[in-house]
Amino acid sequence: MALPKYTEPHYRIWHYFYLFVCGCVFFFLIAPLFVIFPLSFNAEEFLVFTDGMKRLDPDAFSLRWYNDMIYGTKNPWGLAARNSFIIAIFATLGSIILGTLAALGLSSRHMPYKGLIMAILISPMIVPLIISGVAIFFFMAKVGLAATHLGIILAHIILGTPFVVITVTATLSGFDHSITRAASSLGSSPYNTFMKITLPLILPGVISGGLFAFVTSFDEVVVVLFLAGLDNTTIPIQMWTGLREQLSPTILAVATCLIVLSVLILLTAELLRRRSERLRGINR
Amino acid sequence: MSSETGKILTTDGIPLEESLKQSEKKNKIKAFLLVAPLLLFLIITYMIPIGDMFSRSIDDKMVTNMLPKTYKAMENWDGKELPPEEVFEAFYLDYKILVKNKTAGKLQTQLNYEKNGFKSVLKKLARKQKKFEEGNYKEQIMKVHKRWRNVEYWRAIKRRAPSYTYSKYLKGIDMYSNEDGKIVQVSEDRRIHRILWIRTVEVAFFVTLFCFLMAYPIAHLLATLPMKYSNLLMICVLLPFWTSLLVRTASWMILLQQQGIVNDFFVWIGLVADDNRPEMMYNKTGTYVAMTQILLPFMVLPLYSVMKTISPSLMRAGKSLGATPAVAFFKVYFPLTIPGIGAGCLLVFILAIGYYITPALVGGASGTLISNQIAYHMKSTLDWSFASAMGLMLLTGVLVIYWIYNKLVGVDNIKLG
Repeated sequence: MALPKYTEPHYRIWHYFYLFVCGCVFFFLIAPLFVIFPLSFNAEEFLVFTDGMKRLDPDAFSLRWYNDMIYGTKNPWGLAARNSFIIAIFATLGSIILGTLAALGLSSRHMPYKGLIMAILISPMIVPLIISGVAIFFFMAKVGLAATHLGIILAHIILGTPFVVITVTATLSGFDHSITRAASSLGSSPYNTFMKITLPLILPGVISGGLFAFVTSFDEVVVVLFLAGLDNTTIPIQMWTGLREQLSPTILAVATCLIVLSVLILLTAELLRRRSERLRGINR
Repeated sequence: MSSETGKILTTDGIPLEESLKQSEKKNKIKAFLLVAPLLLFLIITYMIPIGDMFSRSIDDKMVTNMLPKTYKAMENWDGKELPPEEVFEAFYLDYKILVKNKTAGKLQTQLNYEKNGFKSVLKKLARKQKKFEEGNYKEQIMKVHKRWRNVEYWRAIKRRAPSYTYSKYLKGIDMYSNEDGKIVQVSEDRRIHRILWIRTVEVAFFVTLFCFLMAYPIAHLLATLPMKYSNLLMICVLLPFWTSLLVRTASWMILLQQQGIVNDFFVWIGLVADDNRPEMMYNKTGTYVAMTQILLPFMVLPLYSVMKTISPSLMRAGKSLGATPAVAFFKVYFPLTIPGIGAGCLLVFILAIGYYITPALVGGASGTLISNQIAYHMKSTLDWSFASAMGLMLLTGVLVIYWIYNKLVGVDNIKLG
């Protein structure tokens, strides 16, 4: 953003001030994440930068907290990670299937009461989580699914589907329906048309919705706090307990792993978004 | 189409109009069947339970079910003078069963809510009633404690006759209905909920404001920079967006602690003395700072997506027509970004008003919000009906905001990422 030569001085100052403010905001957004990184390699048990770390003394750094995370006897991170992945994967699959079907129905121009139904379908996204948590807990307790994996998976499907519905509906808004008509006029069955024509085209939307659903489930604490028993502890629950009781560097090791995971998810989401934008561009 | 010219028929011999209607109907059913699984699933597991919260929050069957005979006998009592003998007898019989089933304690607590000092009176009756003789219960009960002669206590029982109550909602705004059935405020030192409501709205409002003030410039920068730079900077927004909420809260806990980096920095630049480091966590400051950073991406993304669509030539046109940059900005650019501002503010405000995790971890006592109170009643006091009532009050607030927003801006332009 180079300024043209004729810019007046006061505007020039204003412009640099604006860039400075932007820089500060970006710093505020991203810097906190980078604090966790070095501290998770701390050799000491404190959550501050020791003098050794400031001098970049190799002895001040260690992998002991990562060791503790994986092999530590006190820390149920292994169980929590397994539970988290199982729950998130099934919740994502459920959300994708239910959400995509619903989005297909909603984008049909024959759909009656579109507005009302859309409002119901995305309501879990608007209702504050704490209220969803209370309501879902009452339901799960009544049907005897509290403190079971299935109960948590169902709860996360509820929270995850709105994202899939929204992203897939958005993808379908640029979808050329004459392609599917062409397929059926060539003798393809509706199932075949969906699998061979529609699905590959809306796949970026489906996957990015699925990513949202996965992250929602993987990072969800409030509802799980109400629902989880001792056997269904998840990573967020363990972090929550750890942060409430005492901040140990092991949590930072876990947090670092989670940041790495989110970088991977971010890259996938970005690639998909670009692909889907390209595809939509062609369709227009 | 008139009948004289005859109807257009399809090859099957069915009138075209009818055939079209049929296929239309078929398509409608097909579309609906696709939506049906999710719709049913959500209605059963989500909508009905929220409705269930409502019935739970007004449910007051406990006392009604504990004193069935008493309430039947009380139907004809006008409440002006002491009730007749039948009521006393019915109450004795009901209470005897409760004492036998060891559930009298619940009734004592419930009626004590209604009238202070009821508990001791009922406890005494529980001890004495074993020696009661048949007949003339009015005299016998009144002999146990002189308060049974006070009609106030009987009125208190009668007030609990309906099987529903709105008292939990009154409690949520620090009010209650007193002995005369008037709605009054609780004493000043016990008004905790109203403070929480005000604080919740205040925090949500200021977090939204801070987010807006910080997001607007960077969204503008992202939208106007050339693609290759803006994509790089976009990562600064998207990485926090995709990172676990708990990780981000944890990083703030490290930064804001008394020996933390922010305090170190303040000491280093000489803003505060080393032995006088301010407490930045476990109070409102911590809640504000952490929530603003966590919710900032939700403001940036809708703003960005709107600003991206505004053509830069509009500003140039304004300037070429003689507007100063400031005027061009406020008259041309700013009004065009209003849908983005609306969407961002709505998202952030609604998320902030129901925030639970971050205030619970960095908020301390002075930074907790209404949702922390709901969770507290769900998990600690187990007063689920009160938690439901507060939850529904919060939900109503959110829906009202949503409705206003929908009227003003329209919900359709909310975008994700």
